[in-house]
Amino acid sequence: MRTLRVVWAIFAKDLRIEWRHRETLVSMCLFGILVVFLFNFAFEPAHEETLRLLPGLLWIAFAFAGVLGFNRSFAAERENAGLEGMRLAPIDGGAIYLGKMLANLLFLGIAEVVVVFAVSLWYNFSFVPALGWFALITFFCTVGYVAVGTTFGAIAANTRMREVMLPVLQFPVAVPVFIAGVEGSTGALRGDPVSEYAGWIKLAAGFSIIFVVLSFMLFEYVLEE
Amino acid sequence: MNRAFSLTVHFFVTLLWLVLALYLIFLYAPQEATMGEVQRIFYIHAPSAWTAFTAYFIVFAGSIAYLWKRSEWADELAHSAGEVGFIFCSTLLVTGPLWAKPAWGIWWTWDARLTLTFVLWLLFVSYLMLRSYVTNAGRAAVLAAVVGIIGFVDVPIDYMAIRWWRTQHPQPVIAGGEGSGLDPRMFLTFMVCVGAMHCLFAYLVRVRMRLGKSRREISRLRRQFAGRVSGE
Repeated sequence: MRTLRVVWAIFAKDLRIEWRHRETLVSMCLFGILVVFLFNFAFEPAHEETLRLLPGLLWIAFAFAGVLGFNRSFAAERENAGLEGMRLAPIDGGAIYLGKMLANLLFLGIAEVVVVFAVSLWYNFSFVPALGWFALITFFCTVGYVAVGTTFGAIAANTRMREVMLPVLQFPVAVPVFIAGVEGSTGALRGDPVSEYAGWIKLAAGFSIIFVVLSFMLFEYVLEE
Repeated sequence: MNRAFSLTVHFFVTLLWLVLALYLIFLYAPQEATMGEVQRIFYIHAPSAWTAFTAYFIVFAGSIAYLWKRSEWADELAHSAGEVGFIFCSTLLVTGPLWAKPAWGIWWTWDARLTLTFVLWLLFVSYLMLRSYVTNAGRAAVLAAVVGIIGFVDVPIDYMAIRWWRTQHPQPVIAGGEGSGLDPRMFLTFMVCVGAMHCLFAYLVRVRMRLGKSRREISRLRRQFAGRVSGE
C-alpha cells in the first residue's frame, strides 16, 4: 500500500515537471514525426507496399523517440541531484523504478499516438479496421521497451557519453520487442486471423513481465552510490 | 602449487592441446562429402560459439556473485570473461562469413542463429563499453553487473523470438535429433577443439584477472603513497 503511494508520488512528480516544462514530450513527438518525415524521402511506397513497410517504420520511430525520453527522464534527475534525494528517503528502489517507468510509459504512449496519427495522415493509411489488436500489440511491446529503457536510462545517466550509451545498451536487449511489434502489427493490419499473430502478443507480454520484475529487483543496485 | 607456476603449466597444457587440435583438424578428420576442405573451419567456428556462450554465462554468474557477496574477485572474473568472450564472439563472426561464402554462396544472412550471434556480440560490446564509460570503478562494477544479468536473461528470449522469425542455419548436427550426427572421427576432433578453446579461454581469463589484480594493487599503492606525502 505504502509502495503504491510512493509509486504514485513519483509518477505524479514526473507528470508535474513535464506539465511545467513541456520539454520531453514535445521533443519525443517531434522526433518521432521527423523519423516518419525522413522515411518519406527514402521510400515512396504505393499502398500495398505501405502495409509491408509501415510496422517497421513505426517501430523505428518509437524506438528513437523512446530512447530520447529515457535519456531526458534521468538527465533531469541527475542535473538536480533528484536521485540522491530519492535515495535519502526511506523508500524502496523498486518503487522509484515503477514510478519512473509509468511516467515513461505514458510519455512514450502519447508520442506513439501522435506518430501513428501522422503516419495515417501522410501515407493515407487507415488503422481503424484493426485498431484494437494493433493497439494491444503495441501496448505490450511498449511496456517491454519502457521496462528495460527505464533501467538502462538510469544506468546510462552515470556514464560519460550517455546519449550513445543508452541505445547501445537498449537496442540489443529490446530485439524481441522489435520483432514482436513489427510481425504482430503486420499481421493485425493485414487483417489476418488473430490466431496467426497471437504468439507475438504472448511473447511481448512475457517479455514485459520478466523485465518489469527483473528491473524492479535490480533497481536498488542501480541507485546505490 | 604456486600460482605463477600453475599459470605456466596451464600455458603449456593449452599450447599442447591446441597443437593436438590442429593435428586432428587437418590430418585426422575426414574430408566432408559436399563442402570439401572448407568445412574444416567448422572445428574453429562451432567451438568459438560454445566458448562465447560459456563466457557470457560466466559474466552472468560473476555479476550475480558480485551483487550478492560484493567480492572483487567475482567482479574481476565477470569483467575478464566479458573481454575474452568478446574475442571469441568476434572470431565466431569472422569465421562464419568465411565459411558461409563458399558453402551458401553468401557472406551473411539474417537467419536465426546468425542474428542471435550478432545480438550476443552487441551485448558483449555494450557490457564492455559501459565499464569503460563509468569513471568510478565501484559504480562501474555494480552497473555492469546489472547489465550482465539483464543481458543474460534476454538471450533465450531473443533466441525464441528470432527463431520464430526465420531460420536458415543448418539444424544442430550434435544432439540435434534424428538424421543428425557426425562421423565419429569428426566428433572426436570437434570435442577436442571445444576442449582446446575452453582451455585457451580459461588461460586468457586467468592472465587477464592477474592483470586486473596488479592494476588494483598499483592504484592502491598510489593512493597510499599520495596519502603519506600529503600527510606529512
